[in-house]
Amino acid sequence: MTGFRSAVITFPGSNCDRDMADALEKVSGTAPFRVWHGDAALPERLDFIALPGGFSYGDYLRSGAMAARSPIMRAVVDAAGRGVPVLGVCNGFQVLTEAGLLPGALMRNAGIRFVCREVALTVENAQTLFTAGYAAGQRIVIPVAHHDGNYFADAATLDRLEGDGRVAFRYAEPVNGSARDIAGVLNDAGNVLGMRPHPERRIEVAHGGEDGRALFASAVRGLVGA
Amino acid sequence: MKVRVYVSLKNGVLDPQGRAIQHSLEGLGFTGVHDVRAGRLIELDVDDAVTDEALDDMCRKLLANQVIENYRIERVAA
Repeated sequence: MTGFRSAVITFPGSNCDRDMADALEKVSGTAPFRVWHGDAALPERLDFIALPGGFSYGDYLRSGAMAARSPIMRAVVDAAGRGVPVLGVCNGFQVLTEAGLLPGALMRNAGIRFVCREVALTVENAQTLFTAGYAAGQRIVIPVAHHDGNYFADAATLDRLEGDGRVAFRYAEPVNGSARDIAGVLNDAGNVLGMRPHPERRIEVAHGGEDGRALFASAVRGLVGA
Repeated sequence: MKVRVYVSLKNGVLDPQGRAIQHSLEGLGFTGVHDVRAGRLIELDVDDAVTDEALDDMCRKLLANQVIENYRIERVAA
């Protein structure tokens, strides 16, 4: 399982980039490239790009808004358009919506409070690049840690997402007020996934469970055919 | 020239922050406040030559997220 070429983008204020890089290395066997937000170009021939969680640019203006306009994001948008898999977790999900790669927006939690705990998710679509290692309907436990995880999109968009199988994960019970309890959504082509929970924080027994591991393993298997 | 951009949540979009403010006002004993919506005021100091179209473009590309927000641009005489 060699040669998995992945990249983790770090923005000023990212704080889950090391965990993400660690998860990618542990699951794929190859350390990811570390890319700075001010870089203009990504490494060549990438198999996978990850946008980590954190508080990019101090959440100024709107969470993810500034990061979505940083120089490297042009290259990420280009790569996503060419079909390179892109995973955005937590703040990375916000960056993807702000960059226009995913529909909707993430707003302040309906309960106002920061939510930091393990939550149960249901795998809604197990036939994606990111979820092939799960079974449809499988219940998994993944931690969340966010203040602005309240997924919003208009009813027509939500209907389309659900109808097209683009809801990858759903909260098993309400966590933050997200429309239809959506925890993770895919783009139309299926190569961009944004999710609020942190799979990279749940990849080994020492984390309290390994339910996040299959997400990375699915991508690695799907891309290097090992 | 000064330009003020008012960014507000669209109608129908839940504003938990506004709701919390309303509760706090009630807690302070103020009555008769039916609803509170919190927005954002962004003040720009721009060259007179900056066009309305450019200002609109700024709002659409960065200052407001049109999925959830409306914006209003106001030029302020010096």
